Amino acid sequence: MSNNLKTFTKGLIKENPILVLLLGCCPTLATTTSAINGMSMGLATTFVLIMSNLVISLLKNFIPDKVRIPCFIVVIASFVTIVQLAMQAYVPDIYETLGLFIPLIVVNCIVLGRAEAFASKNPVWPSILDGAGMGLGFTLALTMLGCIRELLGSGSVFGLHILPETANILVFILPPGAFICLGFLIAIVNRFKKENH
Amino acid sequence: MKYLIIILSTILVNNVIFSQFLGICPFLGTSKKTSTALGMGAAVIFVLTLATLVTWLTNRYILMPLGLDKFMQTIAFILIIAALVQMVEIILKKISPSLYTALGVFLPLITTNCAVLGVSLTVVTKEFNYGGVAHMLSLGESVVYAVGIAMGFAMALIIFAGIREHIDLMEPPKGMKGTPIALITAGILAMAFMGFTGVV
Amino acid sequence: MAKKESSLKNMLIALLVITAISGGLLGLVYGMTKDAIAEVDLKKNQAAIEAVLKSDTPIERIEETAIDELPCNLAYDAQGNMLGAAVKTYSNAGFNGRIELMVGILADGTINAVSVLSQNETPGLGANMVNPKFKDQFNGKNPNAGYNLKVTKDGGDVDAITAATITSRAFTGAVKLACDTFEAHKSEFMKGGNVQ
Repeated sequence: MSNNLKTFTKGLIKENPILVLLLGCCPTLATTTSAINGMSMGLATTFVLIMSNLVISLLKNFIPDKVRIPCFIVVIASFVTIVQLAMQAYVPDIYETLGLFIPLIVVNCIVLGRAEAFASKNPVWPSILDGAGMGLGFTLALTMLGCIRELLGSGSVFGLHILPETANILVFILPPGAFICLGFLIAIVNRFKKENH
Repeated sequence: MKYLIIILSTILVNNVIFSQFLGICPFLGTSKKTSTALGMGAAVIFVLTLATLVTWLTNRYILMPLGLDKFMQTIAFILIIAALVQMVEIILKKISPSLYTALGVFLPLITTNCAVLGVSLTVVTKEFNYGGVAHMLSLGESVVYAVGIAMGFAMALIIFAGIREHIDLMEPPKGMKGTPIALITAGILAMAFMGFTGVV
Repeated sequence: MAKKESSLKNMLIALLVITAISGGLLGLVYGMTKDAIAEVDLKKNQAAIEAVLKSDTPIERIEETAIDELPCNLAYDAQGNMLGAAVKTYSNAGFNGRIELMVGILADGTINAVSVLSQNETPGLGANMVNPKFKDQFNGKNPNAGYNLKVTKDGGDVDAITAATITSRAFTGAVKLACDTFEAHKSEFMKGGNVQ
């Protein structure tokens, strides 16, 4: 059991896909203009990660080695399209803001990376936990970045106004702010990692 | 004139890296040296143009008549791109070994470059407003759009690599070394690119 | 089960089976969500029409029509007098593509309210057009009574969004298009033609 727990928690902090492994940068930068956008993107990716890890782990013996990548891509793309259709139907506002970045979950390196590195070699249950852990780690980082950018840029967190309008630093919700915030966030993580050693 | 507007707007105003956030992974990964940046830039221009051409045709003449364009687009496009990249690799190896040695290592990386899938999905789903009324892009406009995006990518990559070569000679604060300082540099570059806002 | 070897037959079977299953699955999901997706736009449109036509006078019925290709919903009271119209208008001059608005105009040409249907502007800049601070400044203004539908920079009366003049111009242009179109044709609709 402790092994399973480890599989789950490693994605949250120690191998956090964004802050430590630096995978999946595009959605991280593009969709974190507010906390809620970042979180929605994270959750959509988590769903795809869990489902594709589950299916790929089930199919791992059926898929010949040489065509494994195309097969993985088809599985991932199917779940992405399901998420896309579901969001379009039931949460249209969020779908509109995230836009292109929903179908682009397909090429998010985290998803294919976990399929290749973990799900294709491990049994079903650990694969699900791995997907959930990685997905939640991704969601955590995205939500954090979204909170910081929203607070600095529009003075609110999850739409709740905290700072007066005069304190807004607009640049943080514009593209340059995304790069700069992520840069500082990773720098802080790096600093902690070094002190732990 | 219309094509000029598309090119200018995709390279400068809506730069793929600095304002659309597509293809950041290869942007950070292959920008440590100017020579690698040049190779990656050239490979992306080549593949992006070809991929957009093929996916646009597939969408118009296969997916749309069959009524599959609403839910098979993502799967079809990503498979086409993956297959195309493989094919280009094989053909290049056969007919031009010198070009293959220059671009070969970058080709497999391009499949997961979200700029390629991003652009092919954008040109078939979004309405654009070049030269008057908003409309879906025609084949010619789509290809020019793709060339513009790819050139914008290559330009951003090469400028950035030039800057990073200089940063390597500096001594940034501890945790800042490597990616963080690169990201902050990209942020400042993005600010510079915001100056093009409203030009076209 | 042992791992399948990479023979051509196995590879083809694996790829084909997986693609076929996912294709079928997606078709199913698409069929399930299709109606809901279509309804989303309809609902949004309906909500916008109600929002921009909201006033003290009770509306008896709403009639759908189109003026110069702009979709338009005319509101009539119990006596068959036109109260106003919700005109769906657009501008292609937005910073990031098309902007679609629903503009509620009263019979005398006064703008009742504006509602944003779709926009793709920069968050924090142009996207602030959805904030009441910008879009509600049009409420109760009448272009026929001297309200100049242009941003202040161009000599008009509309206060632009800070640092987003292009968006403000596009927005104002769309509102102007709705007002002008309605003004030019409103006489045709003043009395509800087919009132019982």
